[in-house]
Amino acid sequence: MIRIPCPHCGPRNSDEFSYIGEEKRRPGPDTSPTEWRTYLYSKSNPAGWTTEQWFHAAGCGKFIVAERHTVTNEVRATRPKPRFERSNAGAEAGGGSS
Amino acid sequence: MIRIGGRVVAGPTRRIGPQPGEVIDRSRSLTFYWNGASRAAYDGDTISSALAAAGDRVLSRSFKYHRPRGILTATFHDPGCLVQVDDEPNVRASHRQVAAGMDVRALHSWPSLRFDVGAANQAVGPFLSAGFYYKTFIKPQRLWPAYERVLQRFAAGGRVSASSPHGDYDKRFAHPDVLVAGGGPAGMAAAIAAAEAGAEVMLVEEEHELGGHLRYGDEVALSRLQELRAAVAAHEQIEVLTNSAVTGRYDDNWVAVLQRSMPHVTERLVKARAKSVVVAVGLIERPYVFEGNDLPGVMLSSAVSRLVNLYAVRPGERAVVFTGNQSGEAAAAALERAGAEVAAVVDARRGGALLRARGRGGVTEVETGDGARVECDLLVTAAGWTAPTLLVNMTGVKPRYCDRAARFVPGDDLPSDVFATGGLVGDGDVDLLVEHGRATGLRAARRALETLDGHGPLTALPRLEPADHPALFRSRTHGFVDLSEDVSSKDLVSAAQEGYDSVELVKRYTTATMGPSQGKLETINTVAVLAESTGRTVAETGTTVWRPPHVPISLGALAGRNLEPVRYSPMQPWHEAVRARPIVAGQWIRPEHYGDPASEVRNVRENVGLIDVTPLGKLDLRGPDVPRLLNFLYVNKWSKLDIGSVRYGVMCGEDGVVADDGVTGHLGPDHYFMSTTSSGASAIYEWIENWLQTTFTDWSVHVTEMTSAFASINVAGPNSRELLRRLVDDVDLGPDAFKYMQVRQGTIAGVANCLMWRIGFTGELSYEVHVPAAFGLYVWEALMAAGADLGVGPFGLEAQRIMRLEKGHFIVGQDTDGLTQAFTAGLDWLVKLDKEDFAGRPELVWQSERSDELRLVGLQPTDPTVVPPEASQIVSGANEIEGRVTSSRFSPTLGRSICLGIVSADLAHAGTVVTVKQPDGTRVTARVMEEHAHFDPAGERLRG
Repeated sequence: MIRIPCPHCGPRNSDEFSYIGEEKRRPGPDTSPTEWRTYLYSKSNPAGWTTEQWFHAAGCGKFIVAERHTVTNEVRATRPKPRFERSNAGAEAGGGSS
Repeated sequence: MIRIGGRVVAGPTRRIGPQPGEVIDRSRSLTFYWNGASRAAYDGDTISSALAAAGDRVLSRSFKYHRPRGILTATFHDPGCLVQVDDEPNVRASHRQVAAGMDVRALHSWPSLRFDVGAANQAVGPFLSAGFYYKTFIKPQRLWPAYERVLQRFAAGGRVSASSPHGDYDKRFAHPDVLVAGGGPAGMAAAIAAAEAGAEVMLVEEEHELGGHLRYGDEVALSRLQELRAAVAAHEQIEVLTNSAVTGRYDDNWVAVLQRSMPHVTERLVKARAKSVVVAVGLIERPYVFEGNDLPGVMLSSAVSRLVNLYAVRPGERAVVFTGNQSGEAAAAALERAGAEVAAVVDARRGGALLRARGRGGVTEVETGDGARVECDLLVTAAGWTAPTLLVNMTGVKPRYCDRAARFVPGDDLPSDVFATGGLVGDGDVDLLVEHGRATGLRAARRALETLDGHGPLTALPRLEPADHPALFRSRTHGFVDLSEDVSSKDLVSAAQEGYDSVELVKRYTTATMGPSQGKLETINTVAVLAESTGRTVAETGTTVWRPPHVPISLGALAGRNLEPVRYSPMQPWHEAVRARPIVAGQWIRPEHYGDPASEVRNVRENVGLIDVTPLGKLDLRGPDVPRLLNFLYVNKWSKLDIGSVRYGVMCGEDGVVADDGVTGHLGPDHYFMSTTSSGASAIYEWIENWLQTTFTDWSVHVTEMTSAFASINVAGPNSRELLRRLVDDVDLGPDAFKYMQVRQGTIAGVANCLMWRIGFTGELSYEVHVPAAFGLYVWEALMAAGADLGVGPFGLEAQRIMRLEKGHFIVGQDTDGLTQAFTAGLDWLVKLDKEDFAGRPELVWQSERSDELRLVGLQPTDPTVVPPEASQIVSGANEIEGRVTSSRFSPTLGRSICLGIVSADLAHAGTVVTVKQPDGTRVTARVMEEHAHFDPAGERLRG
């Protein structure tokens, strides 16, 4: 079992985390089936470095981003939050506060 | 007398006088039983050493041909020494120590060890040749059950007793700085050096004591052993685990150790996270392949040294020694000390060769390469060594063949936190092994303690390399390569001729290396025979991949203590007191019913019932952006939900597949309370947190999991309002003041801060109340007491399932599956595609544009007494699958069977009669209904 250095809790066994998957940008509402299903189902699955999200379910309850080498399982960096800006997904969906 | 040849019987003792390194305690004699007959032993004997001392040569019958087998290696991996001990099958007789009164029996022998009908298999050898599993017994397939019965009789393994008491198994987590695998001279030296450098060390040894090959070595070896043991004992920082095996090394030095030495614990799995690992597992002596190499009386040189030096047993009377190294000479010397005659030494280094061994039930004669025949009862082989490179190879390093030493070596480029020392790395005398071990241990400690720099110079790592060794794998004759699986070198040759010319293919085709010793003795010879028959070198042929575990781990050790975490509601004592029938629902144990689900249904429809719905997921949502969040999570709209109101919602995944459903209420300014399905509670929490933490990071929403903070009770039935009114006085329960789909906060039976929402899964007037968990049982009992004259009674999960089916409410995961998108589930009325965005919207837009989608429909069997089993297929024509029945019950309310089912679009019209094919193959018909609800489709009862 690999260890993941949680940026909030320090190095912990990976069974404290749930694996979310590769970091991906969610397409906006005007997406096409091809773009959307690429987002849903296509994984780049490299033999090498990959940037992925983990959820520290049995720890701080935070989503973190880890850079992991899929061949050696080395985790070279973790960050508290995804690096990218969110798309405008959902921004207009709500009705404001009550 | 022990007769050489002919029948083998227990003769007078072969125990010799005291030996300097013996591990038996002669002051403690004991008696055990071998196939029902008593045998004497000393404390410290293994089962096989005690049997050898008693003159027993045959310890088992082999797996396929039922040939007699005896001691070969005198170690844990001894292939012919699996026995049954009391009710424990497959015990390693050359490792397990004898205990007084033990009932030891042979495996694989029916009707007896001496007269084994299975031995007739030898006469039909070709019938069981290479790949026989794939060639024989396959056709005709209808006869397979008969084949299976016959094969089982001959198959490996002991008898598992169904009445065995549950053993004690345990787990432990450890965090040593340095873990040393192997307690021989190099391992002990590494542990000592690491401890001296300040590291906490775990030293793991497979055998019952530290020492490795020093234990059965000469006087010099024994005196070095004493020094090393004393130094290990002097260090409090070294924890020694004997009779324990490192079974695997995983990423980041996550090391599995199987510990068998705990008093009162059968096996304990130690999960160690070591900062550095030293692999010092030594070498395994390998057998030699020649005709007759499996006869009892053929032994490895290390087995002879062990029997003589550790157990004071003379393994034979007259021996031939075939040797390619010093270990053979040591065995010859030990034999002479034990009073055996060494009739001939055949030295492979001087051109000597071994041709075959002859005998029935044991060796009686050996034929050497020059044609000489020597009468003997013991043939000793010293053909070389195998490096068990598993732990090193698990780091990703591939083994490399060293031609001049005729063995595979670990390979280079170990990760910086894994070190190798000892015989695994190379051959040397005790001084060299200790020196190399110390230097390695120091490096491991420095790596672990992060003191590699600036803490004094490191002494150079001494040169430790494999010594030259003749390439001894197979003689000119053919013999067994795998004694566990009865695979001969001939089988390998014919497999290669059939085209199975890669080592991985040969292994799977012949099952060589796949038996209990898992290739530790067999792999190298398999590779060598294959190399020879394909005209390649051993290096070109390559080796199979070693895989964990290094030794078998029982399922008990993997399971650990018999502790299964479960969740109970606060009302559990009440359910138990009335003997509710429990049902496992995920982690929760819930009442399935209280005796008669049908009468529970009738009581809810006529009076009032209580159901414990505590497992419902409950989330407290606060913040100004909660409505935006709800709008995004649910497929329906949430912008205009007044304070005091609740709404039903369905969540879909980004694939448009129904993920969860539940009710969310608006409790106050910026304050909402969400309920989820019981099974979805933790997943939905994670799903919400994911959006908030990674996408909508600028939204102000705080989510708190409240599932076990509240006990939840659904009060359902026409009398529910009257019942609640008796216990609630700060909330107006009147039908106009507290309407359907509204929520109130108030006091129930004196318990403040309760939530009441008027909703109805059962289809009756009902209130779901959430009570602070500590008062759950109290409120439940108060409701029961207050409603006695109203006919209040409990109802369980089954009654609730019947009632919700009567109402046509689907259950996520039962009436939907991993492909059921919202429109298939009939949620057309709920999904609001005019919202700009929500989870799964793109897929639902596209689904709404398709007309050929499956649909969830209400179904009623034509024969109202037929209740088709759930998962029955809906078919057309001969066997065209058109859908399936997802829920099916007999409705006590309607007096008929009712179902929900998913059917193809062209059948999803009211009035269509479909064919339901039940699991037993019979067909019935059912009518597609107008609505999902079978009962009160207009919902008049719950709105009353």
